[in-house]
Amino acid sequence: MSHSDARYRFDNFIVGSGNRLAVAAARAVAESPGATYNPLFIYSGSGLGKTHLVGALGHLALELQPELRTIYLSLDEFVEQLHASISASETEAFKKRYHTVDLLILDDVQFLTGQRETQSEMLRLFTALQGSGRQIVMTSDRPPSEIADVDERLLTRLAGGLIVDIGAPDYETRIAILRSKCEERGLHFRTGVIEELARVEFGNVRELQGALNRLAAYQALGQQSIGAPDVRMIVGSQGTSSITIPISKSSGEFQSFLSDVAVAVAQHVEGWKARIGEAIAYWGGEGYRTALLERALQLEIAPDVDQLIAGYSAAVDHLRTLEQRATAVDAALGANEVFRDPERVNDAEELTERALAGHTPPVGPSPAFARESFEVGASNEMAVRVADMVIADPGRKYNPLVLHGSSGVGKTHLANAIGNEMLNLSGGAMTVSCVGAQTFIDELIEAIQDGTLERWRARYRAADALIIDDVHFIAGKERTQDELFHVFNACYDAGKQIILTSDRPPRELGDLEERLRSRFDGGLVVEIAQPDRDLRAKIYARQFLQRERTATDDVIGYLADRPVSSVREIIGTVHRICAAADVAGETISLSFVRLELEGAATAPAPARAPSDERMDPFFLDDEKIVWDWPDITARLIEEMR
Amino acid sequence: MARPSGPPRAGGASNRSASHGTLSLVNYSTREITCKIVYYGPGRSGKTTNLHYIYGQVPEDRKGTMVSLATQTDRTLFFDFLPLDLGAISGFSTKFQLYTVPGQVYYQTTRKLVLQGADGVVFVADSQARQLEENIESFQDLHANLAEHGINAREVPLVIQYNKQDLPKDLILSVPELEDALNFRNVPHYEADALHGPGVFETLRGISELVLKRLSAGTSGGR
Repeated sequence: MSHSDARYRFDNFIVGSGNRLAVAAARAVAESPGATYNPLFIYSGSGLGKTHLVGALGHLALELQPELRTIYLSLDEFVEQLHASISASETEAFKKRYHTVDLLILDDVQFLTGQRETQSEMLRLFTALQGSGRQIVMTSDRPPSEIADVDERLLTRLAGGLIVDIGAPDYETRIAILRSKCEERGLHFRTGVIEELARVEFGNVRELQGALNRLAAYQALGQQSIGAPDVRMIVGSQGTSSITIPISKSSGEFQSFLSDVAVAVAQHVEGWKARIGEAIAYWGGEGYRTALLERALQLEIAPDVDQLIAGYSAAVDHLRTLEQRATAVDAALGANEVFRDPERVNDAEELTERALAGHTPPVGPSPAFARESFEVGASNEMAVRVADMVIADPGRKYNPLVLHGSSGVGKTHLANAIGNEMLNLSGGAMTVSCVGAQTFIDELIEAIQDGTLERWRARYRAADALIIDDVHFIAGKERTQDELFHVFNACYDAGKQIILTSDRPPRELGDLEERLRSRFDGGLVVEIAQPDRDLRAKIYARQFLQRERTATDDVIGYLADRPVSSVREIIGTVHRICAAADVAGETISLSFVRLELEGAATAPAPARAPSDERMDPFFLDDEKIVWDWPDITARLIEEMR
Repeated sequence: MARPSGPPRAGGASNRSASHGTLSLVNYSTREITCKIVYYGPGRSGKTTNLHYIYGQVPEDRKGTMVSLATQTDRTLFFDFLPLDLGAISGFSTKFQLYTVPGQVYYQTTRKLVLQGADGVVFVADSQARQLEENIESFQDLHANLAEHGINAREVPLVIQYNKQDLPKDLILSVPELEDALNFRNVPHYEADALHGPGVFETLRGISELVLKRLSAGTSGGR
């Protein structure tokens, strides 16, 4: 929980007149928590370094006393944890956790406003912590007295220690900050540039950094290095977005003249124009074309500004959505100008439509493989149970789920069934991509050929679940492994369910990159074994039922006793018996089945000559018929597509 | 500091007025306010002294360069220019440009040029009794020049400063007397001692208020 960023240290915090006191106090607290200023309350406007300072404080404190129990979190997170503990009735654990902390750093406590319940919990916590000499550090964007609607007792506690503010950096500090940033990032400017930039009154350090970035970008773009006179042109009005009257150590007369001008400007600036101007500055800064708003500025009488701005921002929102949809299909479209011009929404729509039209959604699971038609027995019980968990909570339980087992035991069926169930449960809202590894490879090659790799990737990344059948086919295919690695990570990081099937466990897959293997192993690897007798019986029964045949229990029992290596073999046997029965015009009895499967030699029953007449026995010869096509299901699906 | 608009050149004007038909005091889309204020008056009335005093009060970190130009080219330009960058005010990057015109009668062309695009005028009158004629002449000259620029003298923001009020009473005219002689339009007036400061900022404040009032009166500043 003590997630103070290692970048936040004292040695890279530039000290100036505006923050000297705050830094000294923070240092003192870090060096002996609980002993000096308790609580320490630091406030300042946004972007002046509160978070950096308290981060550095936590960092130094831990460095000096590694065993110190430090908790660093924002008030928001604190409230969230409090609520979670209340709803889980674990308030005791919560209290225990916080009441034993040595250094508690709470960021952004101004959000306390009105949160009575949180306030009373904090009051208790503070009393306990302070009573036992433990340190509390808080930051806020305003002093405690200005946080509205706070319990008086809590307020006195907040204000009871030391309250320091961080002011805006002065000219010299700004130069120091800029120099240090340049050093950090290896930037070089001509002499005078940094000084000129520092002369611009930025309201906070973040804006200053932004301006520096702008200069760096300009310099990187152009051939020539920029000079001091160019600075203001480049930074322009960017630097002056703060509303405050610039603070400076000037004589009274000039200062009061400034204030008067400020008042006069505030009084006389035309509100509607200022608002449009603000909108222009804002959206312009976001990179959108603002010609529409600029034209409105030229009007003699005020237009309906609310409607104008609302319309404009709605158009921008619409553009953003369109851009998102288009880039999901083809990332290269993101740079397109039409997504930046609210007056060209139609063009943007057209472009998005075209992009989407050229885009086919990934192949989903085959509806032929339903979950309810998947028979469960001891040999696959584990896999099925896991599958049901995955269906109920995709992406969270077992991710990735690797199903392995020899050919024909039902991996493809189960994987597709999971996909189908996820689809059903989501009411069709999910997109599930489900492909055989061979298809995946072929698609990739095609995409490389057509130069549509981006689109192909986006397609898989956009899906909500990824199922890859027979993943062992990617062994030895480096490029595919690369791509799968990226797709895998993208899906995994987004919490999307990944299901893989393979004919052997990942650790036995040869020619598979370690980074993929370890990822495959990272979820759950479960085997589907060859069907046991019980399962065989169930499958036989279902198969006969599906063909609307009746098979007596003794037939099923007889068949189930015969060992098979796969479900596919069972289906083949049922096929064969049904065909033979059709040909012979007989019902399926034990003797018939036995004769059929074991041949006339061992069967006492009379040979059924008519069948020989009508059908070449060649076709019924076990030796001549290939029942077990390797991977036939995948091939058939492929053909059907 | 780079000069934001530079001195007006012969045949041209400050950059913002050259390209636009109307002179925009405020640019809402770039969020800038630029005020051009011209100190007008007879020679040696204390216009440059006003600027010097203001310059002296500007804090170091926002001091631009005060430019006093005495250039010999095809025609004579002789004036002072003081850029004041007031920083961000109400979200607007605000700049004041203070100019003086040469008071001597023979710099007529320069005066006309400097006056071009002015958002407001401070008339600095010399309170000395013996300078009354020069004051009146210069004041008429101002109106003539404004008219030549097509500026309605009744509408342009104008204040009058009666400078050198610190001089012995027997040398100067009283304010009511000066008012009678000059202020027939009844514009705001200020007594001043520009050399030592009293009245300088009051005058600047007065003209600034008049100029900034025009922010709400439309976009055109000067005509």
